[in-house]
Amino acid sequence: MSLQKPLMRGLLAKRLRFHVPIAFALSMLAAVGWKYGVTEPRKKAYAEFYKHYDATKEFTSMREAGVFESVRPTGK
Amino acid sequence: MMLRLTAGRVGSLVARRAAVALTTSSARMASHGHVFRGPMYQIRRPQAEVTSNQQMALPHHENSLVPHVSLSIHPEVSEAVDMSKPMYWDRREIPLPDKRYKDILTPADKSLKEKEKGPWGQLSNEEKLALYRLSFCQTYPEMNQSSSEWKTVVAGVLYCIGLTGLVIIWQTAYVSPPAPRTFDAEWQAKQVKRMLDMRVSPIEGFAAQWDYEKGQWK
Repeated sequence: MSLQKPLMRGLLAKRLRFHVPIAFALSMLAAVGWKYGVTEPRKKAYAEFYKHYDATKEFTSMREAGVFESVRPTGK
Repeated sequence: MMLRLTAGRVGSLVARRAAVALTTSSARMASHGHVFRGPMYQIRRPQAEVTSNQQMALPHHENSLVPHVSLSIHPEVSEAVDMSKPMYWDRREIPLPDKRYKDILTPADKSLKEKEKGPWGQLSNEEKLALYRLSFCQTYPEMNQSSSEWKTVVAGVLYCIGLTGLVIIWQTAYVSPPAPRTFDAEWQAKQVKRMLDMRVSPIEGFAAQWDYEKGQWK
């Protein structure tokens, strides 16, 4: 009827040995996923946008639409 | 200091059980300028009847906030728990409570306790179990067994959310004032056009979805 003596020591170490590598792997996965899923596409989008960006043209079309308060649309 | 508590009302107290357990064991002896006197009244304990509860169904506590008082009690009599004395708790974090479970020992129990003072190899398994049940009410598996209470809780929560939804529907029909003019479809259309004219988030956001050459959404 005698039971086996249960584990009395090293409980935290055992838990850490199991969980910390998993935590590390998941964190690395999250970081890599964010970099290649979010930041790289974002950098590309900005580069693409400004490659053929004509500031004057944009300003003129915005002015004609009447969104500015400092300049009125031409012809007023 | 009136420390009289009715067992049924302990559950409504805010005092945490761990704090109570700590105060009964350690702080009692420490002098913080606070003197514990005995209760100022006679503790009313019902006459303990000698019934063999051990052979009945496994002990079970409804309210885990109440330390179990091991007396045979008529259910209609609420008993007073004197919290200035060591108490017995069935708690995971207290493996060895401050006192033994059974206060009143039958002569059979007393003789068993005498036998316990001798070599333990001479105790039979039933005697060992009987000694355990003298000292403890529930074993750890019994203490930790899960219940189906969560189903009731989830049901109650969903029910209350549903009721609230009905109340809100009624409110939008009978209580809320009319919506401001900014909610009209015409106003919203003008708002969208103005946002596109202003080039709101032109790279990755709002105006990026609009095709300015063709004049339509991409």
